[in-house]
Amino acid sequence: MVENNRWGNFFAHLVLIIGVAIVIFPVYVAIIASTHPPGTFIRGVMPLLPGPNALENYKTVIFEGRSRAGTPPISGMLWNSFVMAMAITIGKLSISLLSAFAIVYFRFPFRIFFFWIIFLTLMLPVEVRILPTFQVVADLGMLNSFAGLSIPLIASATATFLFRQFFMTVPEELMEAARVDGAGPMKFFKDILLPLSITNIAALFVIMFIYGWNQYLWPLLITTDPEYYTIVMGIQRMVTGGDSEPLWHLVMATVVLAALPPILVILFMQRLFVKGLTETEK
Amino acid sequence: MASITMENLGKVYAGNVRAVTDVNIDIADGEMIVLVGPSGCGKSTLLRMVAGLETITEGTLHIGDRVVNQLEPADRDIAMVFQNYALYPHMTVFNNLAYGLKNRGFKKAEIDRRVKEAAQMLEIGAFLDRKPRQLSGGQRQRVAMGRALVREPAAFLFDEPLSNLDAKLRVQMRVEIRQLQKRLRTTSLYVTHDQLEALTMADRLVVLNGGRIEQIGTPMDVYSHPATTFVAGFIGSPAMNMLPAEYMRGLVSADSLAHLPVKADLIGIRPEDLSLAPAAEDEMSLSGRLMLLEPAGAESHLHLSFEGIKETMVVRLPHVPDVVEGATLTFSIKREKLHPFDVTSGKRVA
Repeated sequence: MVENNRWGNFFAHLVLIIGVAIVIFPVYVAIIASTHPPGTFIRGVMPLLPGPNALENYKTVIFEGRSRAGTPPISGMLWNSFVMAMAITIGKLSISLLSAFAIVYFRFPFRIFFFWIIFLTLMLPVEVRILPTFQVVADLGMLNSFAGLSIPLIASATATFLFRQFFMTVPEELMEAARVDGAGPMKFFKDILLPLSITNIAALFVIMFIYGWNQYLWPLLITTDPEYYTIVMGIQRMVTGGDSEPLWHLVMATVVLAALPPILVILFMQRLFVKGLTETEK
Repeated sequence: MASITMENLGKVYAGNVRAVTDVNIDIADGEMIVLVGPSGCGKSTLLRMVAGLETITEGTLHIGDRVVNQLEPADRDIAMVFQNYALYPHMTVFNNLAYGLKNRGFKKAEIDRRVKEAAQMLEIGAFLDRKPRQLSGGQRQRVAMGRALVREPAAFLFDEPLSNLDAKLRVQMRVEIRQLQKRLRTTSLYVTHDQLEALTMADRLVVLNGGRIEQIGTPMDVYSHPATTFVAGFIGSPAMNMLPAEYMRGLVSADSLAHLPVKADLIGIRPEDLSLAPAAEDEMSLSGRLMLLEPAGAESHLHLSFEGIKETMVVRLPHVPDVVEGATLTFSIKREKLHPFDVTSGKRVA
């Protein structure tokens, strides 16, 4: 037990405040920068107070885009990112729930072997297997499509592992009671396992959604058609595209908009998210 | 309602581990059979074989007039009450009771009627909208019972249903389960490791040890005529005293033990069969040194040691005697109350 003295409190808060400030400052700068007119940044001085151009900047990025740099209006890219992130999240959740269910509740040959194979893929991040994956996706004709954007990222050892751990804490008698009550395997899965895993699903949903939303390298590789650009790679294009100086005020407005959806997801699912990470209902 | 017949039932797990050997039990329609034994004796395995949660590797199992060896638990027309209740934590009490009926495609009105009826019988009507975690242990136990009741099955299977309750509640639920079973006259198989529960609840009890049946009989039959030394030691508390016959023969005049078979080399004595009164005509007497006196309110337990043998003896008296520890006491016992056993086979002789 830490003693509750005033200096202790003071220092604890000081450290926390400094930590928060360090994290918040770049975000603050991005928001401020998105409100200034084009000329501000060429002078090389970063303003710390809001400028007058907020509305105009955001209107530009959302509706017009920058045709010269080859970036479409970001509303389309936001939509692409959203579709991709949702496809990845839902795909990951359904696949890993089902595979964890199979591994925990069924006795099939090479069960442990398959579990370890799934587990092994944890050691191979996207970047390592990116070349063969690209080849496969290209051969299947999935370049420039939502399928190509999401399917290769759906398999998830982490989620499978987490659900496996959770399923193993569910008392076996529940499954037996369900059997006596006349529920087959899939009915047991739907009526009992899924409702019990709901907090875990919510927690993973948040994590997976942000993972999907923040995908950068993969969309950059497999999309050449602006129709399928995602917001994160869009930012990159805006910075490097064109011969002129990057238009930082527009880039920053895009960055702020790109960061919004993950924040909204966290806000909406916060309660379930925290519950899923900290407690198991039994 | 149905009878259950087990013919040469056996269970061998993968790796040749034997859990149950050659079990033959006939459970009559409406009878309550209690399987009792120490942990690891195979009683739960046997129950789960009847339930269909464990495969049957040897023998045949009949429920009613069907052979059910290969049937899924749901198709055997049984209902089971689990030790940890196994209630569905995310469902209300109502849905917990209704789930099995819904899966069987009952009409909504019928489900409603049955759940209400069971809830009323078990006095859980007030909790139908609650989740299991909002209930006390005793209430959860009732819900678990209710889930079995609504099904109106051919047989109830109980897997140590009272072992998670505190002592007081256990006695109360014991009485309630027995009353309910008598009222509904549903064939029941009840597993417990508590010999008192077994004695009080059973029509007949089955004592299991090491996966084999030691004895089947009515509670009083098993208590007063234990077939083996194992049963003698397991049923009854404090346990039956076992003294070498040789020692006993040396203590008393030759003819006092003449009625016992010569083969008997171990003599069992129930703690309550001894009294401090002087020995009468048909009685024999036995002296030992009092090591410890345990008063227990209405009764007392006296621990005795004897000279020359390591065996000790416990005597239960229906009062607390006025004696001091260290004294030598003489007890009397009716000769027909001696239980003769054969040490090598562990069986009762005559």
